[in-house]
Amino acid sequence: AALKDGLRSQVSAALKEGRVTPTELCQRCLALIKSTKFLNAYITVAEETALKQAEESEERYKRGQPLGILDGIPIAVKDNFNTAGIETTCASNMLKGYISPYNATVVQKLLDHGAVLLGKTNLDEFAMGSGSTDGVFGPVRNPWSYSKQYKEKSVQKSHSEDEESNWVITGGSSGGSAAAVSSFTCFAALGSDTGGSTRNPAAHCGVVGLKPTYGLISRHGLIPLVNSMDVPGILTRCVDDAAVLLGSLAGHDPKDSTTIQDDFKPFELPNLTDVSKLSIGIPKEYHAPGLSSEILALWSKAADLFKSAGAKVVEVSLPHTRYSIVCYHVLCTAEVASNMARFDGLEYGHRSDMRDSTESMYAATRREGFNDVVRGRILSGNYFLLKQNYEKYFVKAQKVRRLIANDFVKVFRSGVDILLTPTTLSDAAPYTEFIQEDNRTRSAQDDILTQAANMAGLPAINVPTALSERGLPVGLQFIGRSFQEKQLLTVAKWFEKQVQFPVIQLDEVKRHDNGVFQHQKSASFS
Amino acid sequence: QKVSVEMLDHLEHLALVDFRDSEGVERLQKAIQFADQLHEVNTDGVEPMDSVLEDRCLYLREDDVTEGNCTKELLKNAREKVEEYFVAPPGNIPLPKLEEQEAFLQGS
Repeated sequence: AALKDGLRSQVSAALKEGRVTPTELCQRCLALIKSTKFLNAYITVAEETALKQAEESEERYKRGQPLGILDGIPIAVKDNFNTAGIETTCASNMLKGYISPYNATVVQKLLDHGAVLLGKTNLDEFAMGSGSTDGVFGPVRNPWSYSKQYKEKSVQKSHSEDEESNWVITGGSSGGSAAAVSSFTCFAALGSDTGGSTRNPAAHCGVVGLKPTYGLISRHGLIPLVNSMDVPGILTRCVDDAAVLLGSLAGHDPKDSTTIQDDFKPFELPNLTDVSKLSIGIPKEYHAPGLSSEILALWSKAADLFKSAGAKVVEVSLPHTRYSIVCYHVLCTAEVASNMARFDGLEYGHRSDMRDSTESMYAATRREGFNDVVRGRILSGNYFLLKQNYEKYFVKAQKVRRLIANDFVKVFRSGVDILLTPTTLSDAAPYTEFIQEDNRTRSAQDDILTQAANMAGLPAINVPTALSERGLPVGLQFIGRSFQEKQLLTVAKWFEKQVQFPVIQLDEVKRHDNGVFQHQKSASFS
Repeated sequence: QKVSVEMLDHLEHLALVDFRDSEGVERLQKAIQFADQLHEVNTDGVEPMDSVLEDRCLYLREDDVTEGNCTKELLKNAREKVEEYFVAPPGNIPLPKLEEQEAFLQGS
């Protein structure tokens, strides 16, 4: 089996038939992680425990009793999920050295299904950011920076100078997870999504990024940013794999009372051939200022694709879209101010040497532990929550949130099944360019197309669509109705099949993957 | 409309994080300016939304003890402890005012 095979269709069979063993898969991934260290996708690699999990999986396969499709599959987890016995840092000095005493529910579920936990991936500090550039362990590099496709298109001054200064960002905040999946070091990864943090890096790294409906997947153990919007995100190389992951993760968790109590039945995605009964909505407000002409053209082409296949494609309006970012800014900082209050140095995490008083210890600890971005949001949040500002800002933002959510309700009620929008305004920016604007500005720009889905709690998915003129991935986003992941993923899978997004050509991967390489697919959609 | 020094002081006390420098203060000013755009939206008669799941009931489990007895594990992550206690410096000592803070910060 090749590292790039689909889980359900190929890898699972290969494992069952013994053509490849969990230990081999694990070792290949670990070796690839080592040779792609320059990407800085991983904060912690749990080599020993991973190999042990792989061995146990192998025993199960030998006995003919694998736990399911995920048994023996190497996966990575964003470093803001608690993992028992493994350091969980949130890419912050505040939690350096913090060893979780428990597994987040989603981590436990993956382990219960036999998955092999390779390590924890890099992110923006406390998941605040849209570049995966603002964590204490440094920025994550987009694997596509080193791809044949990108190198061919970039103007070469001198070979080595280019690679060092031309590399592009992964997007964020789940950049490490996206890079890990994109560079084949794991088959799937967990991210988190509060304003687009799974879909944004998925688009820039050319992988599938699924944001499930709020309340479908447990947040227990996910270090919270915005309790009313956070969801665990799923990153995979194909839509089918995302459905497999979803199947093992979704469902009520007594430890997270915000998970719905409805029965969740894992599903296999049908191979949709007839889209004539589908109604696709194109929200005109998503033609946002700053949207690159390339992506606009791709979006238009995708709409035409659905039309010529017989689907009904209609322009719709979500009038409050442009206020989504402002609304998010207030609600996010407010909830952050509350959520970050737990970090005081007493029970866990960094503690300052200051010992004059409780307050001075707390203040010093938080000054030493948090970066500017985190501190900035805490301060802003506290401002919006002041008695004199509460109605004016916080409650006002909650009212605007309802208007945004209602926009979607109206559109879905009018007969539209799925919305089709771009995921990002452009392809991935070079790091040197990206850091010229501050975190808040960048987040405000980059989250514009993804944020509203979090406001309304709706499921949304990025599907890699084509390569840009610079040879970098561009994705499109599908937004579905609440809890209708099956319909959303079915349509996404159909679209994925139509566009045939090309496989990344990375030298490092060629060296490590002895599997049979599928016939290279050309970027037929661009 | 600039944020007053008293306000900055107040926020630092509430948040227990500091602005550190003028850049931090600038950041807050810009954040407030950005948030002011909300007032362009007419929200007459609109109820605030706490949660997208407002039409459902939160799950309440039975009041049974199902886990615990993990004192050792939980204490492992604390830097300063005595027996089964987390140790904190003395309380009830207020932070210095903004003016005194320069000297104070040098000391930490």
